Order: sequence, then structure tokens, then C-alpha cells
Amino acid sequence: MKYEEAITKYDPVIGIEVHVELGTATKMFDAAPNTFGGGPNSNITPTSLGLPGSLPVVNAKGVEYAIRIGLALGCEIAESCRFARKNYFYPDVPKDFQTSQSDEPIASEGQVEVELEDGTQFTIPVERAHMEEDAGKNTHVGGATGRIHGADHSLVDYNRAGVPLVEIVTHPITGTGERAAEVAAAYVRTLRDIFRALGVSEARMEQGNVRADVNVSLRESPEAPLGTRTETKNVNSFRSIERAVRYEIARQATVLDAGEKVVQETRHFHEDTGETTSGRLKSDADDYRYFPEPDLVPLVPSRDWVAEIKESLPELPAQKRRRLTAEWGFSDLEMRDIVNAGLLEAIEDTVTAGAPAAAARKWWTGEVARLANQREIHPTELVTPAQVADLTALLADGKLNDRLAKEVLAGVADGEGDPAEVMAARGLEIVEDTGALEAAVDEAIAGNPDVVEKIRGGKMQAIGALMGPIMKATRGQADAGKAKELILAKING
Amino acid sequence: MSEFIAKSALELAAGLTSGEFSSVEVTQAHLDRIRDTEEDFGSFITVTDDLALATAKDVDDRRSRGEDLHALAGVPVALKDLVVTEGVRTTAASKILENWVPPYESTVHLKVKAAGLPVLGKTNLDEFAMGSTTEHSAFGTTRNPWNLEHVPGGSSGGAAAALAGFQAPLSVGTDTGGSVRQPAAFTGTVGVKPTYGSISRYGIIAMASSLDQVGPMGRSVADAAALHMLLAGHDPLDSTSLPDPVDDFVALAQNGTLKGKKLGVIKQLIGEGYDAGVRDAFTAVLDVAAAAGAEIIEVDVPSISYALDAYYLIMPSEVSSNLARYDGMRYGLRVEPTEGPVTAETVMAATRAAGFGAEVKRRIILGTYALSAGYYDAYYGSAQKIRTLVQRDFAKAFETVDVLVSPTAPTTALKFGAESASDPMALYLGDVATLPANLAGIPGLSLPAGLADGLPVGFQVLAPAREDRRMYAVAGPLEAALEAAGSRVLDTLAEGLTK
Repeated sequence: MKYEEAITKYDPVIGIEVHVELGTATKMFDAAPNTFGGGPNSNITPTSLGLPGSLPVVNAKGVEYAIRIGLALGCEIAESCRFARKNYFYPDVPKDFQTSQSDEPIASEGQVEVELEDGTQFTIPVERAHMEEDAGKNTHVGGATGRIHGADHSLVDYNRAGVPLVEIVTHPITGTGERAAEVAAAYVRTLRDIFRALGVSEARMEQGNVRADVNVSLRESPEAPLGTRTETKNVNSFRSIERAVRYEIARQATVLDAGEKVVQETRHFHEDTGETTSGRLKSDADDYRYFPEPDLVPLVPSRDWVAEIKESLPELPAQKRRRLTAEWGFSDLEMRDIVNAGLLEAIEDTVTAGAPAAAARKWWTGEVARLANQREIHPTELVTPAQVADLTALLADGKLNDRLAKEVLAGVADGEGDPAEVMAARGLEIVEDTGALEAAVDEAIAGNPDVVEKIRGGKMQAIGALMGPIMKATRGQADAGKAKELILAKING
Repeated sequence: MSEFIAKSALELAAGLTSGEFSSVEVTQAHLDRIRDTEEDFGSFITVTDDLALATAKDVDDRRSRGEDLHALAGVPVALKDLVVTEGVRTTAASKILENWVPPYESTVHLKVKAAGLPVLGKTNLDEFAMGSTTEHSAFGTTRNPWNLEHVPGGSSGGAAAALAGFQAPLSVGTDTGGSVRQPAAFTGTVGVKPTYGSISRYGIIAMASSLDQVGPMGRSVADAAALHMLLAGHDPLDSTSLPDPVDDFVALAQNGTLKGKKLGVIKQLIGEGYDAGVRDAFTAVLDVAAAAGAEIIEVDVPSISYALDAYYLIMPSEVSSNLARYDGMRYGLRVEPTEGPVTAETVMAATRAAGFGAEVKRRIILGTYALSAGYYDAYYGSAQKIRTLVQRDFAKAFETVDVLVSPTAPTTALKFGAESASDPMALYLGDVATLPANLAGIPGLSLPAGLADGLPVGFQVLAPAREDRRMYAVAGPLEAALEAAGSRVLDTLAEGLTK
């Protein structure tokens, strides 16, 4: 069954768990550097490896970042909370338990406003945000697929073990209907933007800084009880999230239509086929034997500290969009295009550098975007906001017209320098030398007596026929307005 | 030689400071003693002769250059083989760590090294400190120097035997439910379980994190106090480490008085289940204390009756989690299954089946069960509530008395074989007087209280959390009063041993 049909028959409910790796200098519970890359097992300490006798110490920066995230999502920050051990045996978990938080998360009950591309808004209810540590990484060697099945042996790199994570868990998200897949992707994108705005993570999807587990279930109608869910693990791009949700909804609908039952399990998403396949069975009887981590004391973030962090929160992306839309006088649609094109920051910086908002928007979404598109790069990789601001200033000063400005821009894009330099080097400045212009005008008048007659007779649009030769004589640098004034003055004496 | 081994740690320290003898002489004397007696006592898993002598020589050199040295510099010490020692095999008396040489240093060993105490070796224990006889060791049996037919107690049995056998003047043990105090009681030595958080646990192989505490041991209260002072202090690497300044425990022990002190006898810890000989020795100590001006008051600590049950749920729960890491993946023993597929899971299972002893497995299974979904509230959850009650009851009891006292153990050292080996429940009951202190996090000390049928009896002194000073201020003068009354236990043994 296709997605489009599935969502006419069933009401989808989704739930999303997002893990974000925090950009702290060191790991969550020890002093090993928290950096991406490096040789295998180079960023480790006795604690990262879970050596006998080693002990964890909480990274205060990690806690601060978790509180920042909690506050940004409108969560309540716990007055006291504890870490807990999640016990399970796996080679990439050095202690064979993960230090996490169970029934005492640092942040609980918040919400995230999500806007789809067409402007439709959804409110995503957040159940909790809690702190935990990442696991190491297994590499399966000897098999054809790189997967554990068929592998000859596995290698474990513990560089990532102990990297601080915040996991954000939603309540079941209902009422999305046919937009379920889009909402899922937009929610994770919104979180990604928030993480970046907060400065708590580089939040690079391709590096696995942000990972999503997507729960999907179907029910007959919005009034029916929740259906059996599947959890598709580690979906790592916005597009994949959308595809995975679409696939799961369609797959589950097919299962249900056949009178069968959806199996509660974890599933894996495959980028190449866009399909999910069965992982391991998961039931509510999954037993991690959580208990409070006895090696750490309860965490009691002082109310003053929380207030201080709240005070220092930057403007969040949604607030910022609302403010700038009003300040710049753009329409919602214009703003959405800017955001979708990833140009908000560039335009903001251009305005800060002195350009009028309308001009900044016009150039970034117009000529800059066009040139960048030709080169298959993002506009911000082509020119800087300062350069665009300079360009608009040259326009405002009358030193360039639109056509010349485009030429200057092309020069800037080719790495010839800043706009003023390109303008000078290419000799593109509008000629203000009245002598040269007058000569050109005189020549045009002398060479086109019939046109001059028409102008004398009141046919003002005939002036255009003189502009060609004038522009030709001045190599296009004539100020059209001034030339027109001169022509009229000379003809009408 | 024997002149050195009979001396207390503080006597040795004084002699070293005055230049009367050298650390090399003292250390060599103890190494000789170990060599001569180890076949009988079996106190050590590893003896580190070269390391000890190198430290001794270094300290002697530095002293001759007039350097400022720690008061205990040059006095040898033995470390329980649960203390991580960088570059020196650390086994936890388990086959699973048989050949593990730590690549990092524990805070305890770091402090010992920094102060210049030669480390004689790593002492035997029950595997991962689980047991109270030192019989559960993968590295052989330790015998009680008082009578080789008897156990030395445990789990710090090797540490205690090394003291009582005059192989070491100081020992570092660990105490999770009485593992320092009970063997001290069984060997006529002094064992201290400080306030939880007094000594860093960084580099102490964990048994039950919320109960484990490093315990200084010696043949006198002042010796143990001196070692406590050396090891105590805040450690940023241990989140449960206390920020408190370290008191002068030695001065408190030496200058304290019993006059006017209120000693609370815990009602629940005397009576049924306690050997008559133990009760008599305990009463005799109370008489001496009363004669020295102490007031003896009977005190009710009702929740103590449930402490054993709570302890035997919390401890194995933490054990089951703490010992999960011994899976053959990163260090220590790795065993591949003899049949079937070789996967991470089968290797883990085979490694743990082969590497852990029966008592360790028993506690892992108990703890796994207690933490399981559906049982958590009934077991672990209820146990934590009892723990809170025990803490509350102790706090209340300390409102009326300075310290609480009891026999350290219900019996004297058990005989090898029938008496001790087969019944885990009977052994667990032996911890009844010591484990409440671990549940409550309060300090406790066992000092010799005379003999019963030729075997030592321990007298336990408990103080409020972070009031270790109070414990020393009572135990010190009590020891002196007992000595004056002619019952200094170890002298009896010393005479016999040094003949």
C-alpha cells in the first residue's frame, strides 16, 4: 500500500527520540578529549575504558548544556536529579552499563513549535530531556556488507565512549495526519537549528552529532487507543527521517489491512532502498535493571544557576524569524523562502553590515543564488555578507547600476576581490565626468537629427534611441538619468 | 631483625626520623619475615620485594639529604589486592584478573608512594572482597596467625594476617560490610572503616560502590589513625569523596580520655547469636571503660534488625552492575566457548563462567534478580527505605551518646572446613554487627578486646558520619586502659612469634 492511501485509512502517531552529542571539550564523565576523529582508541582514559577501579566525575559544562537545551524547549529543570545505570552487555559499552538518567531526568515537559515548508505549524510535546553517555563504535571486519552478519571479527573504538549526549523524547505526536512524515523531519530540523543557536553542539547530521529514533504506530481513528509501535533506530538525515516514516506507515498499513498484527520491534532504515527491515524484537519487558548510579552524587542545579543560564540563552530560531520578519517588513512567504534557502543568517549579517533589508534579500535570493546555483554551491560559499553589503552601498551611491552591479558581483564571485576593487579593476564605475558624457550626448544629437526632431515634437520615448549610441560611446558607464537631462537641455535649448 | 617487626608503625617512624635505623633495614626485616612465614600464613598474593627496597632506599637517601619527609616515610605497608597499583599486577583475588597489570594509578597508592611508604606487596582477600573468611580467593588460603586451623576473617584477611603475623606494620584494607573490622577482630588487630567518602575510592576495584570504603589497619589505634590521616582527604576523581579537612587522628587517639564519655551499647547487637566468650570479653571491656570514667548506656537502634536484609539486597545489586565489565572484551581473562559459535555474547558468557568463583556468581545472580523489572520495588526499593531508616536511627542514637559500641563479630575466628565453608547464610549473619555502619555511611573501628578460648575478640566503636575524630578519641584511651589492665592482646602473640 502506498503512503497516500495508508494515511486515508489510518491515523498515524509518531514519537521521536533525538540524541545530540554535546560539543564539550571533554567527555561526560572523564577528562578524555571529546573530539571527532583521531586514531582508534586514542581519546580514552581509564574511566572511558571502564577499567577496574575507575570512577566517573560529572562534566559541569555537559550539565550546563543539558540545562540550556531543557530551557530552550520550555522544560522544567529538576531541582534535584540522579544519574542511573542502564545495564546491558555489549562490547562497545565499556562498563557493560550506560550511565544515563532514568526516572529523574534533568528536564521535563516542554514543547517545540515546528513549521513545515508551506507554513503549517505543529506543536510537538516534549516529555523529557536527559543526559547520558555515548557508546564506542564497532567495526565488523571480514564480511561483505560491513554488518555483523558474516563478519569474521569485530573491532571496537572507544573514542566515542563517554561522549556527552542529551536525549530528547517526545510524547506521542498525534494529529499530524498526512503530514506525519514531514512533521517528523521538520521537528528534527528544528531541534538541529536550536542546538546550533544554543551553541551546545555542531549538530552535524553527517557526523552523527544528531541521531533520531523514530517510533511509528497506526490506529483506526484518532479516537482509538494507540496501536503497536515500531522504533526505527539511528536515522541520520532529514530526508531519511521523512522516508523512514513514510515507509513505516505504508508498511504497517499493509500489515494491518491483511488482518495481521504489527510486531513491536526495532527496525533499521536502509538509505539505498528507502526501506526498513526488522531488527531485534523489543518488548516492554526489555529489562535494563536501572538503578541510581552510586558512584555519582545527586545533581542539584541551584536555582540561581538555572536562572543565570536562562538569562544567557540566545534568541532561538523561531523567535528570531518572527522578529526579523517584522523588522524587515517581509511577508511570511518571503521569509519562509529565505529560511528554506538557508539564507537567513547571510541576510541578517548583510543588514548588520549596513545594507537595506530589501536590497539584501533581493541580491542574495536573486543574482547571488543564481551564480551559486551555476557552480552548485551554497550562496554563502560564493560571497560574504560584507561583500553584498558593499555592493548595495555602491548602488545606493549611484556608482553602479543594476547591470554593472551584476558584473561586479561576477568578478567578486571569481575571486577578483571586494566589490570596490572589482569595480575599479574592471573599470565599471558609472561615469560622472560630465565632459565625457556631454561629448557623447553631442555626438548622438549630431548623428541623429531625425530622432532629435521627434523629441522636439514631444515624443519623449524617442530619447531611448539616443541612449544606445551614448552608452556605446561611454562603454555603458553613463548614468542614464544624467544623459537624459543633458539631451533635453541641449535639444530644448 | 625481629626488633623491627615487633615495633609499631609510629615507633618505626620515630626511629627512622631520629636516624636510629634505616628504611632499608626495616623493609628488609619485614621481607625476611614474609619469606619465613608466608608458607604458614599465606597473606600475600604478590610480594613486591624490589619495589619495596627501592622505595626504602630512596627514602633513606632523601632523609640523608635532609629533605622534608612525611611522618610515615620509610614505614612499610601492605596493600589489599583490590587497590590498583600501576605496573604491579592487581587481581582482586579473581581468576578473571589473574594477570591484569593496571596502566593507571589509584589515589591510595599515589598517596602511599608520595609519602614514601615501601609497599611490601598485595594481600590476599575473598574474590572481589566478597566473603568473610578469605577462603573465596583464586590465589590460595590465608591462615590466622593465632591458630593456623582458623580463618583470618575477610575479606581483608590477608591484610589482617600480615599485621598479626608481623609481616607488615600497616595494612590497607577495604570494608564494604565489615571486611576490615571483622578480620581485625579475628586477628587481634585494629581495623578502621572511615566515614564513607573519607578516603578516595578512585582505583579501588569496586564491589558495592555505595558501601565500599578504604580501611586503614594497624596493630594499634594510633597506627591505624596515622595511616588514616595519610590516606584521607578530598579527591576530585571520586565524586563521593568528602571535602572535609583531615583531623589529627593520632593526637586524638593519644590524648583522648574516657572520662565523661557516653558509650551506647546497641541493644540489638548483643545477646542471641553471640558466643558466650565474645559476650564476656565485650562486657569486660565495658567494665574497664566504666572504671576509666565512661558512662555505659544501653541504646535502642531498632532498624538494625532489618539492616542485614537490606544490605544483602543493595550490596549484590551494585555487585551485579559493577562486575559486568569483566566480559573478556578489553582486559583480563578471555575464554572462547569450546563449542558453538564464537560471538561477543558467547565469549562473555564463557569468560564469566570460567573467571568468577561461586560466591561472586551467587551475588551477581542475587543482585540481577533484585534489580529486575517487577522485583525492583519489592527488593532494591524497600532495601533503600530500610537504609534511610538505619541512618535515621543512628542519628537519633547519637543524640544521646558519644559513640555506639558492640562486639565486632558474634564469634571468634571460625575453623577451616565444616564450620565456615558450606553455609553462606551463616556467614552472612556474621556481618550483622558491622554492616549497619556501611549502610549508614558512619565510621567504625574494631580494636582487640581480649581473648576467648585463645582467639581474639573485637570491640567495635561507631561514631556519627564525619565524626571519625570521636571514634579515635574513645578508641585510643580505651586501648590504653585495656593495656593498663593487662590485656594487650597482641603482646601475647608477639612473644610467641618472636621466640
